Amino acid sequence: MSARQHSPGGFGAFVRAAADRGDLVVQPRMGFGDPAQMRAGLAATRRAGHATVGTITLDSYTRVGDLAAVSRALADGALLNGYPIASHDLSVTRAMLDGIRGPGFPVQVRHGSATPHHIFDALIRLGLDVTEGGPVSYCLPYGRTPLAESVANWARCVDRFAALRERGVEPHLETFGGCLLGQLCPPSLLVAISVLEALFFCRYGIRSVSVSYAQQTNLAQDLEAVGALRRLCAELLPTTDWHTVIYTYMGLYPATDDGAIRLLGHSARLAVYSGSERLIVKTVAESRRIPTVKENVAALRYAGSFASSDVVPLPFGDDSEVYQEARQIIEAVLGLHAEIGQALLLAFGKGYLDVPYCLHPDNRGRTRGYVAADGRLRWSDTGALPVRRPVRDDGRRVTSAGLLADLSYVRRTYDGPASGTPRPAAVEGDSADDWRFALTSW
Amino acid sequence: MTDVEKLPGPPRVVVTGLASDSHTWNLVYLQLLIEELGYEVVNLGPCVPDAVLIEQCRRLAPAMVVMSSVNGHGHTDALRVIRGLRECPGLSTTPVVIGGKLSVSTDRVDALSAELVAAGFDAVFADDGIDSFQSFVALAAGTATSAIEATA
Repeated sequence: MSARQHSPGGFGAFVRAAADRGDLVVQPRMGFGDPAQMRAGLAATRRAGHATVGTITLDSYTRVGDLAAVSRALADGALLNGYPIASHDLSVTRAMLDGIRGPGFPVQVRHGSATPHHIFDALIRLGLDVTEGGPVSYCLPYGRTPLAESVANWARCVDRFAALRERGVEPHLETFGGCLLGQLCPPSLLVAISVLEALFFCRYGIRSVSVSYAQQTNLAQDLEAVGALRRLCAELLPTTDWHTVIYTYMGLYPATDDGAIRLLGHSARLAVYSGSERLIVKTVAESRRIPTVKENVAALRYAGSFASSDVVPLPFGDDSEVYQEARQIIEAVLGLHAEIGQALLLAFGKGYLDVPYCLHPDNRGRTRGYVAADGRLRWSDTGALPVRRPVRDDGRRVTSAGLLADLSYVRRTYDGPASGTPRPAAVEGDSADDWRFALTSW
Repeated sequence: MTDVEKLPGPPRVVVTGLASDSHTWNLVYLQLLIEELGYEVVNLGPCVPDAVLIEQCRRLAPAMVVMSSVNGHGHTDALRVIRGLRECPGLSTTPVVIGGKLSVSTDRVDALSAELVAAGFDAVFADDGIDSFQSFVALAAGTATSAIEATA
């Protein structure tokens, strides 16, 4: 294993340098309430490869701003589901990161807050320069905060975060817009919202962004989607310091180790073949519980092994259906108002943006997506989305059983041959043996 | 049953996530399932603050409240909110149930369930308890009269 490369230009440059070497940057989802455990998790992530990035996922009380609940949990010794960065003393967090986080090992803070002032306060005080979110994607799926408030909160926080540059660092933000609810949203809308959030970040002073896309139900469609995403970034973003980041499947995860490994392998392939520079992994434990550090390390090693400087990413020049639809949505939204925050609000009001199945009061809720027989995500109703080929309610009535079948399509497909569902082709490198090797060689 | 018969439309059920839980699909699924069992559903969505949950339940006077949580904080959040609900005069006897992944660890699941029942829940369903939940709802709806008689 080669030594960690030091990149002076911040997170974007770190990722670019890895990509230039032919490495895929891999990163876990990981957060512990206890600083010692958090430190151990980051240290293990750092040792897991030479292109890994550490993650501090915050607990959900911190995410919703209920710091009193964090205090009670810390006092009672109750387990938190993430790291309470706004509650631990700054000195505790500094000590937790000391000697681990550095230019060769960036650490990203992940949360999910529509009211993130206290979180950005902590990041800015600690000088932590990599985080993620977005005014739409951290609001609609995450609760009841009015979208207008979230947009105002995010504008203010991004603006303050961008000012970290005065301290000589290049702050980096990743959109969560390529995930949203994680399932049953056709890719064109994921791509459109991811790009719109990157534009929002740039509007408020950020120059280094990553644009997310979460693996969906069909590898070919996902490749098309990431191709569209990369083309739109190249066309529309006012910075060249951008990369795309793939999330391993965010929905109902396979329950078998074999299925979980194959799905992870396919997400790594999606990243490598699409030319994406970074991947956030899931583990074999995903369907059962919060993964152990060891399981995360195994997932990082396995996913990282797919990268190679020999792979030539697919070109993203073709006018795919995803590209056309995403472009139509983005243009219509940007045309609503010169100020992107206002444009986003107007777009949700008019239903130009409308996330399928999202229960948020500011989401119209007229669109519906489903898994077609070929495994692709399709619209059964595009509601008021400004697409050239709208789909009106096609008579498919959504039932609880039908919804569950669609939600569990990936689990079913990867866990084994069920009636009529094609098993993904076995590919060299996708086996439980490789996985066990990754586990034992750690 | 008499309450159910008094209402003009189908009886109403409140489906809700808890204050710190952002998961949605469980709530979407439960809504469809409960609607299919003959109820009208008001879905409060994810991350519902305690005060909003209690206020909505007072306003809607539902035939049942169904809480779902999968983020590991459910046990803590639910213990807090059930006390508030039971203190409201109109909600002291309303059937209130909860299900999902209710704690970060899988140890002590039975003890935690017992604690929730003692605090005022009518039933607590395990992560894989959707069938028993369905039976419970069918019974409570009065749509399964023969089943009620059979178990009475």
